[in-house]
Amino acid sequence: MDPIIRVHSVSKSYWRDSFEIPVLNNISFDVPGGEFLALMGPSGSGKTTLLNLIAGIDRPDKGSLHVAGTDIATLNESRLAKWRSTHIGFIFQFYNLIPVLTAYENVELPLLLTSLSKQERRRHVETALTVVGLQDRMRHYPKQLSGGQEQRVAIARAITTDPTLLVADEPTGDLDKRSADEILTLLDRLNKEFKKTIVMVTHDPRAAEKAHVVRHLDKGEFSQN
Amino acid sequence: MKVFKLIFKNALRHKLRTVLTVIGIAIAVMAFALLRTVVTAWYVGVEASAANRLITRQAVSFIFPLPYAYRDQISKIPGVDQVTFANWFQGVYIDKNQFFARMAVDAETMFDMYPEFVVDPAELEAFKRERNACIVGTGLVKQYGFKIGDVINIDGDIYPGTWAFVVRGIYKPRDKTTDPTQMLFHWQYLDERMRQEDASRSGQVGWYIIRINDPAQSAVVSEQVDALFKNSRAETKTETERAFQQGFLAAAGTIIGSMNFMSFVIIGIIMLVVGNTMIMSARERTSEYAVFKTLGFSAGHMVGLILGESMFISVLGGGLGLALAVPFVAGFEAVVPKGWFPVFMIEPITIVLAGSSAILVGILAALFPIQRTLRTSIVDGLRHIG
Repeated sequence: MDPIIRVHSVSKSYWRDSFEIPVLNNISFDVPGGEFLALMGPSGSGKTTLLNLIAGIDRPDKGSLHVAGTDIATLNESRLAKWRSTHIGFIFQFYNLIPVLTAYENVELPLLLTSLSKQERRRHVETALTVVGLQDRMRHYPKQLSGGQEQRVAIARAITTDPTLLVADEPTGDLDKRSADEILTLLDRLNKEFKKTIVMVTHDPRAAEKAHVVRHLDKGEFSQN
Repeated sequence: MKVFKLIFKNALRHKLRTVLTVIGIAIAVMAFALLRTVVTAWYVGVEASAANRLITRQAVSFIFPLPYAYRDQISKIPGVDQVTFANWFQGVYIDKNQFFARMAVDAETMFDMYPEFVVDPAELEAFKRERNACIVGTGLVKQYGFKIGDVINIDGDIYPGTWAFVVRGIYKPRDKTTDPTQMLFHWQYLDERMRQEDASRSGQVGWYIIRINDPAQSAVVSEQVDALFKNSRAETKTETERAFQQGFLAAAGTIIGSMNFMSFVIIGIIMLVVGNTMIMSARERTSEYAVFKTLGFSAGHMVGLILGESMFISVLGGGLGLALAVPFVAGFEAVVPKGWFPVFMIEPITIVLAGSSAILVGILAALFPIQRTLRTSIVDGLRHIG
């Protein structure tokens, strides 16, 4: 199967005052379609930066990044935003739901960028919320949901546009064990049942167990750990 | 869900803050409308002045009279179409708080000179026939309930004694810049009584009003009039009616200028209030805006969200302020002494200025938050703790 992600010689540094802090150093790897990849490593190893680059919310200093057939490092901001809306479903550690919107409205947000009719959007939102098991919580606001439920709404928001790739940054990092298990089971189901390619950053070895492939990063490079 | 709904929900996220901001804008717009209305009311006489009318007064001061005999001499100057005159009478009606203009005028020519005072021809004829008759404006009719045949008793101060005038006519202002609160009576009535009681004050008028054939010749005619009486006991100063009215306002010019300035300072204050609200809102939502961008919302969408919220608040406040400005200005007019502002109403230009200011404030207040949101990268935004 053709790789859905091709990372070639990617480097990235951040600047703090006048100090350059290298985060990723000449990283190269491929991810085939349908893969469930876990990126692990200590804090500061560069795993979230790599995830952000793959998701098109940050840019590499060097190297090329082909994701879903597009060299995203060459896209301007406007095209990159459009590309993200089509190809990426992002799951955050702290859910990042919009507090003034209901679960339904939060899941509907990415669909506002499409040309779908109201009826079609409704169908998409209801499907996504059914997949995550929250069809009975559509009218609830985030503050009326538990952490696990909020993360499930966030996953529904990530899958509602049927993106090419799901990226998850510590999706269980803020959850208790039971809720974390539910989320991991859901991600596993999205990968196996709905053939979604998933790249997940995690510290949690139990979370990594759900992935097909686990890559360890240390000081901006892949390690053999 | 539409973006408008999101803007609405965002605007009402901190209800108290939004309500206080909207009230602040509304109060500022009301104050702006009031100040502008006061300034406009001051200038209403200037606005009402005609280009083809000149005013001749005593050169030393307006308070000194001119001889009645000047009238015929002025009439003979080339370019002069008609001459009339008036005399400030003042007096006290009921008490000193009941102020309105009371003037002795030439009954035969006054209403011909001032077509903006619209009088029924039959009433005008009745007025001309009766020496102690007067004509009052509709503003006085509304205020005091005067009607034809009523007797108005005035206690004289400049011209001592008790004076009784019979209402024989009611004039209607031709347009909104015409003062509807004047009382005009026969100069001959005043002059005859002066001749009997204080002969030294008879045969005098306050000022002349000259209608000229060609407004472009106003400077030439003015010079000719003043030259005619140069080195006489009562030298004259002739100027256009507009210049004459502006001269009245000169003393209060600084105050009016300050009020004008303050009205625009208020706009600046609104801008700071809304700007502060928007900056606080945008800062609190830094991570949310980053989420929007992550989902694929473009820079244009972000501008729309922030600008929409700013406009929603400012236009709501501006609309509320304008709606309340009408009763607010009416209430102000009710508490100031009668006659201070014969014409006191919110001008359409004031409404346009206040409305467009509210829109402008909404746009300007959103600029900094927009710039900050667009400049903040998604990664930095997601890290932000509001």
